Amino acid sequence: MSKTNKKENFWRGLVSNQLFIPIIALLLLAIINLFHDPTFFKVTMGLNNAGNPVLSGYLITILDYGSELAILAIGMTLVTAASGGQDISVGATIAIAGSAMLRVLCGGEARPTDLAAPVIVAFLVACIVGMLCGLFNGVLVAIFKIQPMIATLILFTAGRSIAAWINNNELPIVPDPKFGYFGGFIPGIPVPTTVFIAIACIIIIALVLKLTNLGLYTQAVGINEKSSRLNGINPTAIKILAFVILGLCVAVAALIKVSRLSTINYSVIAKDIEMDAILAVALGGNALSGGKFNIWASVLAAYVIQFLTTTLYKFEVSSDALAAYKAVVVILLVVFSAPTVRNYLSSLGKKFTSKKEVA
Amino acid sequence: MEKAKKESIFTRVSDTNLLLSITIIVFVLMYIGAALILGGAFTKPQAFFNILNANAALIITSCGMSLVMITGGIDISIGGVVALVSMCCAVYLDHHNGSIFGSIMIALGIGLAYGLVQGFLVAYLDIQPFIVSLAGMFFARGMTTIVNTAPFNVENEKFIALKLTRINVPGMGSVNKLGAYVPAYVEIGVVVALILVIILFAVLRWTKLGRSFYAVGGNMQSALMLGINVKRTKFLSHLICSLLAGIGGYVYFLHVGSGAASHAMGMEMNAIASSIIGGTMLTGGVGNIIGTLFGVLSLSTIQNIVSSAGFDQAWWTGITIAAMLCLFLLIQSVIMANKKKALKAV
Repeated sequence: MSKTNKKENFWRGLVSNQLFIPIIALLLLAIINLFHDPTFFKVTMGLNNAGNPVLSGYLITILDYGSELAILAIGMTLVTAASGGQDISVGATIAIAGSAMLRVLCGGEARPTDLAAPVIVAFLVACIVGMLCGLFNGVLVAIFKIQPMIATLILFTAGRSIAAWINNNELPIVPDPKFGYFGGFIPGIPVPTTVFIAIACIIIIALVLKLTNLGLYTQAVGINEKSSRLNGINPTAIKILAFVILGLCVAVAALIKVSRLSTINYSVIAKDIEMDAILAVALGGNALSGGKFNIWASVLAAYVIQFLTTTLYKFEVSSDALAAYKAVVVILLVVFSAPTVRNYLSSLGKKFTSKKEVA
Repeated sequence: MEKAKKESIFTRVSDTNLLLSITIIVFVLMYIGAALILGGAFTKPQAFFNILNANAALIITSCGMSLVMITGGIDISIGGVVALVSMCCAVYLDHHNGSIFGSIMIALGIGLAYGLVQGFLVAYLDIQPFIVSLAGMFFARGMTTIVNTAPFNVENEKFIALKLTRINVPGMGSVNKLGAYVPAYVEIGVVVALILVIILFAVLRWTKLGRSFYAVGGNMQSALMLGINVKRTKFLSHLICSLLAGIGGYVYFLHVGSGAASHAMGMEMNAIASSIIGGTMLTGGVGNIIGTLFGVLSLSTIQNIVSSAGFDQAWWTGITIAAMLCLFLLIQSVIMANKKKALKAV
């Protein structure tokens, strides 16, 4: 008797675990690919354009492009948990931060022959710009009490215009090939650099969550703002902090994005990435209305979403039409995670099991 | 004593009227200022009607947006719906040699389908309207490229005849350089837009359904207590909004006469901005369709001012709209905070 109870508890624990949905989705996608074309999983060693040995294959692409999404998912999860809304301006702020970075690197010239400033300075400037954008959003949300999605709509519209304005609508090209390492490969290391950047970000956020009360406070503010204030937490500060952290994540993502091309395209860079980041948070089982969160589930979900994108590309879906398929996935996801539907399904399940017992 | 009197006046004006009057004053001042300082185009009647001609679709979609916002929701799929409607109608008219009536039915059908699905998801499954319509927006944009990737102009003769139809405005006009009198004109879309504005204004002000939109947006709990069917009201608000987006899509299509995946990029943003400038509160329960009309006019007037003042690079448009939206959001936020304080003091 106790044994069956234990077994049931184990299953219930597994199903209610936040990592359950992303893992199932990952397995599902893997199986579909396995049946469609087993070569999907082949990873080969080859030489890239610069003559360095690198790993290539669909799986490596997923790791490479999933990493920038995972970095954004970290910040987006915190914002979602603290404010109960999502930041839809991340794509536009990536354009702003990337544009600022290029402006510093190229010193305002379109075709410079030398770097005008070291990469680290440019990155720090991008971080400050990203944090300022986060601060702007955070102040609107926390102090002026505007809904997060509306407040971030301001930068969503203006962002790409501001990015074009920073560089006077020029598209400067970074002359130093070393700048390309951040979004590509470091010579001698066959794994994409983005993976290491993502791991570094994950370790940092893990340490922050472990060593500080940020996680607990964020959850408290997200669950009930009033009672958290009565308990001595400052909800305004926590919300602004969440947006500023997202701003930092945006700056890191901007470094990767700009480094991939060594230049920028204001209207296309990081287009629709906010959709993927929000999708990662939702797929990770985090409540979109705020409160409890699990960053690891979001990070895993980010890679799953990149897996989905790559699979869709493999099925020869054009990049413009991709949004339509993803939208269907989002709708299915939110429909199944909606409380109304869940209650209905669980009541159905209960009916089913009670009938079984009677029989 | 003096202060108490001032506060009582401040609290006596309803939220809707207070924000509406701010909008109208801002628009009138802005237009007069532009006519005095920049002169030229702003002084001719046709300049004003051109603003209407260019923004008829935006007026229609903004009205839908205001309706949803009054009910406490939001719908950011309208830009995508407009693009999808123009592309589908363009393909139907050009590649399949379809009729005008058929294309109008397509536009209404797309709007209706969008409204039914989104309304159901938002009202009956309790999913956040923003997420639903965000997915709706991406679906519409993706579908538009699936229907047809390349942008193209429609060459259907009946359609072009309809597109070029101009309705002269009686008593208005100007004398051109050759000394001939040129009457001011509007396009068909403007007439449709104005009729819809009047209908919606009447519905919101005098019908049971219209008042229940305000009640649900103002306080859902009390609306439920009053016996209002909250779910049905929410559903209807999204249904009407998407239907208006379908009509707006056809009016937009009539104005530009082509189908392209990049059509109406960011129109949802302009619609939200117009509604907010027009005095619709994001938190729901406050808003006015006439205000929305003035919101659209203010928005396009400031765009005209910016471009004729010499800032004609493309990026200034985005920055101006965002700045204006930001300003009005802050005004709303401050007014409401002050009002709460004043009410508490009383």
